[in-house]
Amino acid sequence: MRLLGRLGGAALSLVMVAVLGFFLFRVVPGDPVVSMTRGRPTTAAMQAELRAQFGLDRPLLEQFWTYFTGLLRGELGTSFTFRRPVADVIAERLGPTLLLVGTGTLIAVLLGLWLGIRAAWKRDTAFDRVTTGVSLTLWAVPTFWLGMLLMMATGDLFPSRGMRDTDTAPDFLSQALDVGHHLVLPSLTLVAVVAAEYMLVMRSSLLEEMHAPYLTTARAKGLRDDLVRRRHAVPNAVLPAITLVFLRFGLVVGGAITTETVFSWPGLGLLFYDALTGPDYFLLQGLLVVTAGGVVVMNLLADLLHGVLDPRVKVV
Amino acid sequence: MRVKLCALVAAATVLGATTPAAVAQQPTILKVAIVQQIDSLNPFLAVFQSSTEVNRLMYDYLTAYAAEDQRVTEGIASRWETSADKLTWTFTVPEGKRWSDGQPITAHDVAFTYTLMLTDEAARTANGSFVANFESVTATDDRTVVIRTKAPQVTMLALDIPIVPRHVWEEVTGVKDYANDRMPVVGSGPFVLTEHVAGQFIKLKANKDHWRGAPKYDELHFVYFQNSDAAVQALGKGEVDLVNRMAPAQFDSLAGRQGVTRNKAQGRRFTELLINPGAATRSGEPIGDGNPALRDVRVRRAIAQAVDMDALVSRVNLGYAERGAGLVPPVFAKWHWQPSEQERRRYDPAAANAALDAAGVARKADGTRLALRLMGRAGRAYDEQASEYLKRSLGEVGIALDVRLVSDNQLNEATTAGTYDLAFSGWATNVDPDFVLSLHTCGQRPGADGKGGTTDAYFCDETYDRLYARQLSEFDESKRIELVKQMQARFYDQVPAVVLAYDNALEAYRSDHVARFTTQPAQGGVIMAQNGVWGYYGAEPADRAATTATVSRTALVIGGVVLLGLVVVVVAVVARRRATVGERE
Repeated sequence: MRLLGRLGGAALSLVMVAVLGFFLFRVVPGDPVVSMTRGRPTTAAMQAELRAQFGLDRPLLEQFWTYFTGLLRGELGTSFTFRRPVADVIAERLGPTLLLVGTGTLIAVLLGLWLGIRAAWKRDTAFDRVTTGVSLTLWAVPTFWLGMLLMMATGDLFPSRGMRDTDTAPDFLSQALDVGHHLVLPSLTLVAVVAAEYMLVMRSSLLEEMHAPYLTTARAKGLRDDLVRRRHAVPNAVLPAITLVFLRFGLVVGGAITTETVFSWPGLGLLFYDALTGPDYFLLQGLLVVTAGGVVVMNLLADLLHGVLDPRVKVV
Repeated sequence: MRVKLCALVAAATVLGATTPAAVAQQPTILKVAIVQQIDSLNPFLAVFQSSTEVNRLMYDYLTAYAAEDQRVTEGIASRWETSADKLTWTFTVPEGKRWSDGQPITAHDVAFTYTLMLTDEAARTANGSFVANFESVTATDDRTVVIRTKAPQVTMLALDIPIVPRHVWEEVTGVKDYANDRMPVVGSGPFVLTEHVAGQFIKLKANKDHWRGAPKYDELHFVYFQNSDAAVQALGKGEVDLVNRMAPAQFDSLAGRQGVTRNKAQGRRFTELLINPGAATRSGEPIGDGNPALRDVRVRRAIAQAVDMDALVSRVNLGYAERGAGLVPPVFAKWHWQPSEQERRRYDPAAANAALDAAGVARKADGTRLALRLMGRAGRAYDEQASEYLKRSLGEVGIALDVRLVSDNQLNEATTAGTYDLAFSGWATNVDPDFVLSLHTCGQRPGADGKGGTTDAYFCDETYDRLYARQLSEFDESKRIELVKQMQARFYDQVPAVVLAYDNALEAYRSDHVARFTTQPAQGGVIMAQNGVWGYYGAEPADRAATTATVSRTALVIGGVVLLGLVVVVVAVVARRRATVGERE
């Protein structure tokens, strides 16, 4: 029953996003037809034809109805810019985004949590101070700047753009190695910038547990310090971090606009950026629905998983 | 023991991965950075400059522009003539030219392409304006195309329309939805499209049987960069061979770099400052909210006189531009116009002040005469710097500027709605000046619904329009040149916009990879974004040892990273075991 309620809530959120997205992007300044034809010999008749092709000459409510009923049938419309179905355009960018942001987030989560636990456990030591200091600094650094800096600092060890070279041998191993090679700098940038968040949350929630009596009991039983931390303190402190992790994973689908821009990574973040310059209404709407879908699903999962991780939640 | 084992495994990984792939004769590859996406590969739909450039490589046009001097030369058609009434044009498609799949190119392909555009509105998306004046197109036999126009049209040799193969395209059911990605894409140009990965790269192979002769490179790869700083870096590292559209600072950063040659070329673009002369619709209904004082030509001239264009060129363009005058940049020398000594407006704040006084725009108590909005694009270095500069120099003549730097879309919206006083703008021009001249005719203003306009300067002048109509049907070139120059003089005199600068096109290439490029025009011309494909077609690879397989370098790095990772793990494990040795005992 509770599950059904949650599912209903999630579905409702998605519908709201779809409706809101339509009207939100219509407020974005700019006229797609003007953007498209700017700088090219164009006649007024051609502009009118384009407007009609895109359905932009219809009343706003009619445009909305067409879009909404299409959405219910699973159609996201056609991109003005790429002249292809929005679903296709998004699908081919989804893989690269999941690869980059997924890898980056995963490493950042593991590293952040590990550092957070260590820092809390050894609070006020040099390790704690250095880790916290470095993490905060990296968090404060503009992603764009950090990315460019990494690119310059690593010389020609790593490629400056994209996901693969044009002249890599077509066999699977070479291609996989090439993608891995291209992945290093962007994911490093991503990790450097977001790991601090997990580190700080983990550190502070573990610190709260540090003086709990059950830890003293555990130590009195003769457990190693490591085991006290692993089996007793961390499981109790990890909940806030888990929530954060799931929220973050929800955003994975949205891509990482700045990182993707610096490294010309062909993901959804970059696509979002390009779509805004049209503005390419259908593409923007499609991207919003997909991104919001990711967040909603992950939130739902976090909700359900909380019940598993923390028996207290189940009772409520 | 364990440490040794790990090291062995790591070493094996590295060795295994670095074994060079067995490579036979490596094809020569020219790698070009592009900083704009490809919107579509369908030549009827593609509107981005990058896509147009790729389409040009894939499909020849009816005529072409020579590399040396941009004169009209042979394309698909080798000869052409026009009837006495200038309404009928006959083009001859010679025998022997072939599509990349071996089929002969005939007059029927030409007629098919143009007729498709006349009958299918989707096919008019990108290049419809070129056929707007066409009455009919027929292929009278395999070699002859006859085009009848509704009115005489002097630009008939400047039809920038890719000609597509009829035998492929007559099977296309909806041009609107056709992606044109059945690889290799059958074309007639010097290169054949073989692969496109959206947002990443495009690969083309040389069309060895092209009627002009085979290109010197085997393959041409366009790789996409979202940001031009990264593209410049990639050139420095040798990842790409050619980069264009560089900012002056980026261009300077490559000075003296070994293996890199820079090309400062005359560009097709100019930058202008729009001065809203009273925006109105096609029927003359005023729109927008431009400052009424600007309707007075004396005020507009005074503004132009208060701007030190030489200083702008040297400080904002860092010298990579020429001072502006007429609407056609000097790269199109034939059509380019410069004011005579008497006509020239010189930078003269005192004279500008006096002119404003004479125009009745008096100084108020606070010393200002007018408050004007200046709009520009946020993030464009030129607008950011030049706006500060203009603020100071117009301040000297009592004009207070409220600088508003906004997004590209907002700027377009303001200029198409006439809601600006001053704004930065700019256009790219073509070999034939018709397009840039047409922008300033009364008919290019928007319709009653505010839509359908292409101008952003809102110039509407009877004299100018009359000259425009005359040049469009003047088939004697020297007379037409005279008319085109008169139009530019009129525009300069009436100042709906000040052409501030003709921007240089800044390009750079790896001279250790590429021996030479063909520029257009031969003197001071560009390599990329030509009115043709000579840059790529004429590129010659430098004589160098066969390219090392990229795989091995990649593998080396990956191997290195794996090794490093293993070392870290081993060290961590050892340290940990030492640390907990007491507890375990």
